[in-house]
Amino acid sequence: MSSAGPLVEVRDLVKHFPITRGIVWKRKTGAVKAVDGVSFEVMKGETLGIVGETGCGKSTTARLMMRLLEATAGTVHFDGEDITHSKGAELKAVRREMQMVFQDPYSSLNPRRTVGAIVGEPFAIHGLHRDRAERKTAVRELLDTVGLNPEHYNRYPHEFSGGQRQRIGVARALALGPKLLIADEPVSALDVSIQAQVLNLLRERQREMGLTLVLISHDLSVVRHMCDRVAVMLKGKIVELQDNETLYSSPGHPYTKELLAAVPGARRSDRRTIPG
Amino acid sequence: MSAAGEPLLCVEKLHVDFPTEDGVVKAVDGISYELGRGRTLGIVGESGSGKTVAALSVLGLTRAQGAQVQGRILLEGRDLLSLSEGELQKIRGNEIAMIFQDPSSALHPLYRVGAQIVEAVRAHQDVSKAKARERTIELLGLVGIPDPGRRVDDYPHEFSGGMRQRAMIAMALANEPKLLIADEPTTALDVTVQAQILALLERLRDELGMGMVIVTHDLGVVAEMADEIAVMYAGRIVETAAAETLLKRPEHPYTWGLLRSIPTLAGPRVEQLAPIPGSPPSLIEPPSGCHFHPRCVYAQPEHARIDPGLEPVQGDPSHRVACLLAAGERKRIWEGLR
Repeated sequence: MSSAGPLVEVRDLVKHFPITRGIVWKRKTGAVKAVDGVSFEVMKGETLGIVGETGCGKSTTARLMMRLLEATAGTVHFDGEDITHSKGAELKAVRREMQMVFQDPYSSLNPRRTVGAIVGEPFAIHGLHRDRAERKTAVRELLDTVGLNPEHYNRYPHEFSGGQRQRIGVARALALGPKLLIADEPVSALDVSIQAQVLNLLRERQREMGLTLVLISHDLSVVRHMCDRVAVMLKGKIVELQDNETLYSSPGHPYTKELLAAVPGARRSDRRTIPG
Repeated sequence: MSAAGEPLLCVEKLHVDFPTEDGVVKAVDGISYELGRGRTLGIVGESGSGKTVAALSVLGLTRAQGAQVQGRILLEGRDLLSLSEGELQKIRGNEIAMIFQDPSSALHPLYRVGAQIVEAVRAHQDVSKAKARERTIELLGLVGIPDPGRRVDDYPHEFSGGMRQRAMIAMALANEPKLLIADEPTTALDVTVQAQILALLERLRDELGMGMVIVTHDLGVVAEMADEIAVMYAGRIVETAAAETLLKRPEHPYTWGLLRSIPTLAGPRVEQLAPIPGSPPSLIEPPSGCHFHPRCVYAQPEHARIDPGLEPVQGDPSHRVACLLAAGERKRIWEGLR
């Protein structure tokens, strides 16, 4: 898997959010060091997991990779190209290659637009499938690949359940055939019985399209199931980056050990194991 | 269950209906369970399974929403449903306490944390403010708030999420309740904080001999905490057993689905998870017959007509399941699945 080389290279990435005082004359009084010098690579075709607790900087890291936030320092290379400061047409071209699936399937879909319009929007932005009929066909195919009924093209988000909405989000992310998909807590807002549907969908699409996947989650079990390698973040830094087997069988960093021990059911695994 | 013979809490054929514009929502559809002193019952279900409504109804907290509640809820033999609002008020926060999911919305943002706990103490005990404050500091220390003498005067926003949940627990314990109902007590918390809170609840349950009902969607939490587990689906209990039995020898296809659809930390990694197809049903017009039949891969045509009762499993009267498949058939399928 790693023979293909890295798709994304992140070097010494830093993001500080200023803390300011005053309304008219804003003075900078400090900084939240959300991401404080992280370096890692995402290999082509692999699934990299980023785990950590609230406020550890995992979502900020994802947003920096996507260029949804400007880095304070450090670089992000995508497919060999430095995209840390790309602008305009250059950035737009890069964004075609990387897409994101968000945590909350309710707030990440525009309630006033039909599913067809939502999933077809990436085509509109990038001037693809300009012909209406052609675009419609493309969207219907996408809906089909994520397990939604293509006939529901004209429905609105509120007519769908949480799991179905997350499928819509996946369809939108896949529309342009990206190389990289970043999924930020894609199943934590979903019901237990629905989570597996979405996880399986992500994995199937990945296999079929040769996607590179970055999965951000607080759920160590989900990450273990999905990922080839796992980065553990704490206070804006990566404390451990390991292949899946090693991380879960012999965690190196004390914080990783603490995280693993904290998973409910783990402490009593000798007595009551959830069979799988 | 308990040595005294009489269970602490006994819920019999509880029905909770909410009349709405779209029709009557049958949130809880005839559930029964018992809980002994010092025991923990885990009620597991997805959103909309009725698990929270079932818990709220024990405290009479669904009355205000115009719910129609039927059945019996006996706390040490007293039927809580027949009590007036005033009589219930004396029991709430005193004999029965509750912990809610979201500690930030359950605490009043404009009052000091200590003052809110003092209020809970003085609502049920005739003590001076100074005495109540002393007790509050003691409680905050008990739930592991560092430097409670100083933190008692903090506002909720000065507490972290985990500390707020600890403060909620302190408030719930203020009057040493016999029964503690915890609705998703750790869902809003990070995993390391969750582990601390669960350990705290367990310790307090053992020290105070409380009965505890934990309502959650997280099988990991009940595997860790509960003595007995009840699985709810579409307003009904579809399976109930001792925790170990339910996790090792589940009998209901929905329980199988829940157990097989979650990735685990133990055991080999599976290639594909086995999700439960479809999504949870509407409670206004729940499916006929077995409520689970539209999502059940083992369903037979007649399962849409026959309503399965919660029947004991052969050889284990405490393990009950509502499934129309033959016992031998179920055993064979589960052996094949695991």
